[in-house]
Parts: sequence; C-alpha cells; structure tokens
Amino acid sequence: MSAVLEARGLFKRYPKAAANAVDGLSLSVREGSCFGLLGPNGAGKTTTVEMLEGILKPDAGEILYRGAPIGVTFRERTGIQFQDTALQDHLTVRELLNLFGALYPSRLPEVELSKLCDLGELLDRDPDKLSGGQRQRALLALALVNDPDIVFLDEPTTGLDPQARRNFWDLARQIKARGKTILLTTHYMEEAYALCDEVAIVDKGRIIAQGAPDTLLKKHFDGVVIELPKADYKAPVGGVPGQAIEHGEMMELMTGEVEAALEALKRGGSSLAHLRVRPRTLEDLFLALTGRELRE
Amino acid sequence: MMRRFWAVLIGRNKEFVRDRGALGWNLLFPFFVVFGMAFAFSDKAQDVFKVGVVGEISSLPSGFAATKHLKFVSFDDASSAQNKLRHHQLDMLVQAGAPLTYWVNEKSPKGYLVERIMLGTDAAKFSPERKAVEGKPIRYVDWLVSGLLSMNMMFSALFGVGYNLVRYRKNGVLKRLKATPLRAVEFLTAQVVSRLILIMAVFTVVYQGSDLFLHFQRLGSLFDLYLIFALGSACLVSLGLLVAARVTSEELAGGVLNMLSWPMMFLSGVWFSLEGAPKPLRLLAGAMPLTHLIDAARAVMAEGATLSQVSPHLYILGGMTALFLAVGAWTFRWD
Repeated sequence: MSAVLEARGLFKRYPKAAANAVDGLSLSVREGSCFGLLGPNGAGKTTTVEMLEGILKPDAGEILYRGAPIGVTFRERTGIQFQDTALQDHLTVRELLNLFGALYPSRLPEVELSKLCDLGELLDRDPDKLSGGQRQRALLALALVNDPDIVFLDEPTTGLDPQARRNFWDLARQIKARGKTILLTTHYMEEAYALCDEVAIVDKGRIIAQGAPDTLLKKHFDGVVIELPKADYKAPVGGVPGQAIEHGEMMELMTGEVEAALEALKRGGSSLAHLRVRPRTLEDLFLALTGRELRE
Repeated sequence: MMRRFWAVLIGRNKEFVRDRGALGWNLLFPFFVVFGMAFAFSDKAQDVFKVGVVGEISSLPSGFAATKHLKFVSFDDASSAQNKLRHHQLDMLVQAGAPLTYWVNEKSPKGYLVERIMLGTDAAKFSPERKAVEGKPIRYVDWLVSGLLSMNMMFSALFGVGYNLVRYRKNGVLKRLKATPLRAVEFLTAQVVSRLILIMAVFTVVYQGSDLFLHFQRLGSLFDLYLIFALGSACLVSLGLLVAARVTSEELAGGVLNMLSWPMMFLSGVWFSLEGAPKPLRLLAGAMPLTHLIDAARAVMAEGATLSQVSPHLYILGGMTALFLAVGAWTFRWD
C-alpha cells in the first residue's frame, strides 16, 4: 500500500536547548494503517507529531502528503486531537462542532459524528464540565468533523481511567474501520500494542526501532519472561540460560529455553511458588534497547 | 472565506454574550462613569474666564493681554470660535486691530463680566466694536460625554481584543485553530468585527440611556456621531490586535495595554480641552487615536460640525486603522 504521509530527515531544536528535540527522523505511514509513535515523555514525540501536523516548522527535512509538500489540502484532509487543548469558552459541544465544521469545505453530519463518538447528551454540554473520558470523546469528534483521511491522536488516553481508556480504544478501532489512517503517540506500550499496525519507538529525537509490534518483539526477543520475587531467587551455580535482570522487587529472566531455565532455578534452590511467566512486551523492548525504563 | 469568517464571528459573539459577568460589566461601567461625572461636574468645571483670540495672542493690546485670571486661546478661524462662544465654551472672542472687534454672548453672565473687564483696560483705546451672538450654554457634561464614551470604548477595544487574543494563544485555542484551514486574516477580521458590534451596542445603550436622564445637547447629526465612533473603535480595536499579534504572556500584554491606555486617558482631551496646552503636549496628543476620536465626536456633538469639517481626524483614524491592521495581521502568530 502507498504512503499517505512521509517524513524525511526531520530536525528540530528549540531555542536554548542543548540537544535537538528531533534529530534526523524519517518515517512513512501507510494509507489506512494505525501508526504509533512510542517513547517516554520528552522523547520528541509531540515535537515530531506537531511537525507532521504542520503546526510546527521543522528546522530541516520535508514532510509529504500523498507525495506533495503539506499545505492547504493537507489541513483540509486531516483531523487533530491535541494532547491538551483549550476550547473557546461558553460554547457547547454542538456549537463547537458547528464552528469547526464550518472551517472545512466538507463535514461529517452531526448525527453520524455523534453516533461515531458516542456523544449523545454530551452535545449540549459545556466541554469544560465533562469528565476526562467524555472530554476526549468530544475532542475526537472535533478532530473528525471534516471527515479527514488522517487523524492525529496525541496521547489521547493520558490521565483516563482503565475503563475509559478501553472505551477510547474501541472508538479508535471504529475510526480505523472506516478506512482512516491514524497517527497515534503514546507512552502506553499496551495502547500501542492494542491499536497499532506499525510502531516506531522514539528516544532522544530518533527512531530506535520500527515495525509491526509482533514482528518487532520477535526480531529482538525470543521466548518469554519468567518473573519471581527477588527474595525467592537464588542464583544457581552455572547460571540460568538467558538474561537475568533486577526490576524493582522482582527478578526477570528473559529466556527462550523455558524448561531449562526452570530446571536451573529449581536446582539452585529458588522458590517457585510466586513465579509468573509472561510474554515479552514493547515495554521490555524499550528497556532492552535503551537500558532505561519508559516511565522513568 | 465568508463562511469561515461567519463561523468564527458567531462563535466569538456567543462566547461574549454568555459571559454574563463581562457583559454586565461592559454595560454598567460606562453608565457609572457618565452619571458619576454628570453629578460631580453639575456646575461648570472651569471658573477662569476664557477669551478667544482670532489670530495671534501677541496682537492684543498688552494691558488687556496681561489681565490676571483671563485665559487667552488663539483661533485661526473666526467662525469656529464664534460657535464656541455661542455655546458658552468661550466667554468672549476678540480680534485685534483698529477698531478692535469683539463678540460676546448675550446669554452669558461671564461674557458680561469679561466685557466689563476688557473695557477697563488699554483695549478701550482701540475703539472696540461690539458684536453680539446668542446661544444656549453647553454644559460641561455635554462636552464631557464624548470623551467619556470614547475612553470607555478605548478600554473595551484594547483589552477586549488584545488580552483575549493573548489568552487564546496561551491556552492553545489558537493552536487548535491553526490546524484547520482557517486563515489568519479571517480569524482576525472576525475578532475585530465581533468587538465592534459589542462596542457599538454598548455605545447605543449607554448613550441613549444616559440621554433619557441627562438630556445631552447634541448639535450635529446622530448618524455622523455613530460613524465617528465606529471608525474610532475600529482604530482602537486594531491597535489592540497589533499589541497582541505575537505576545504570549498575559502580564506583558496587560503592561503594554496599560502603557498605551493611561497616557491616552489623560492626554487626549477626555477631561479638559487641549486648546492652549503646550505645543509638545499637543503634538503627543496628535499621535494618539483617542485624541482624534474625541475631537471629531466633540465637534459634532458640541459644535454641530459636519463630517467634512472633521475629515482630517477621520483620515488620520482611517490611516491608523489600516496601518495597525496590516502590521498586526502580518506579524500575527498562532502560537
């Protein structure tokens, strides 16, 4: 499939900053896919995505929408949900939808939008008086008001409770089912795994790994993680197959040979009562690639 | 283009009208000012005698010119000075020469006194020729009301647009709009027009409302007055826009707006006439849009001037508006 959005060699440095916020980043987003930019706070995700949105001008590099530099057509065909947006005061959700809708050459009918984002009785309320999840739904509706090709979602579920977060994921899946391209930034690896066809892990303004989540995990890891409390762990003579890492109160063994590892643990006298085996996650991948935790 | 403009305009108007506190304040404050001043200055404020001079003051007989407690104001044009005399804004008007010509208002007691005073000085030697005019006095409040309404307009224009734009920029409303096809000029025009509508609505309510109780003496046409106030507020709104074009801090914007509005409040002739003020002060006042607004409005209100008579002020206001708008739109930043 063709690239709907492409960035080549983006650089951005803020005045007085010691390092580039975005440092030679390139990416290509396929039409109809959900592309995730992942990384810790301060990795350069928001700077990158704001350049892709056309809000921020890169110091160097180019951004192409369907092969042409981004311009008016691009703004007409995109929808953006910023990480934190203030809206005009004293307007209801419905009035804001009408206001923003009028700014575009074509718009999605209110009924359809309301159904898609589950707005219902939210339409006549003041966005400032909505709960976190309701507000995100209203902002999503604003991002979709022009029936865009590409939807940018910048940290859409930060600060939401787990239930609201899952509801939001359902909405995102419905949008994707309508053939829209989604560009998502998040520092929740779980969210990226749940929604994205392709992820790019960003650290210090660069992409350090990119691909489909499962492919990425397979490429960098084989096997699983065996976790047990540090107090229960006794290092066996001759070691365990794989890699042992201390992680807070837990000991994590990353290994492809589960049986041999369990055998070695038993031999060494570790207690296996609280042992857990789990698959590798993007979180582990970030740790393995950078030596740092995502939420440091 | 028009659709986007309308959408933003309507949004902004709703936002304002629903902000009850701000709306109430915008309506009540000017009433307080006008009534407060009408009450405080129910007698004429200046108690010095004011004598108009057609031509240079130095041309007067020196003994008369040296009389204490007489304030001499020079006029190039006899007819506008006669108008002022007619409305008791001057107590007497003199033109040097032989014979020395002077005009007094038959209805003015102060005019009678100044006449007696003059005839007791060396002016009597120039075989003075008396000419009489008649007319009802213009109260200080009639004179003051144009200034007060203009001043209120200035605060509403500068802070209503300037401060609000900076707030929008700071909290990200502008950034959200930047991501849409909305163009800066559409957005800015909508802000200006929205504020103009508000200002003119407030003006109508306050002017007509105060008129019910204070019975202003308006000699010129109401339509002209409206036109002048509309142009003047467009100019002041554009100035607010210019200040807010790039600033991101509300404190800085507030500081700059105060720095602009306070000198205008005191030096553009809201409270007292600048006739006879030192030249540097008058030059400074001439650079202030509020001065031109007040001068034009006052001329229509208190002297019955027509638009063509105040056209220099209108050209200056129009030019300033165009300049402020152009530079404001050119330097405007969404973020």
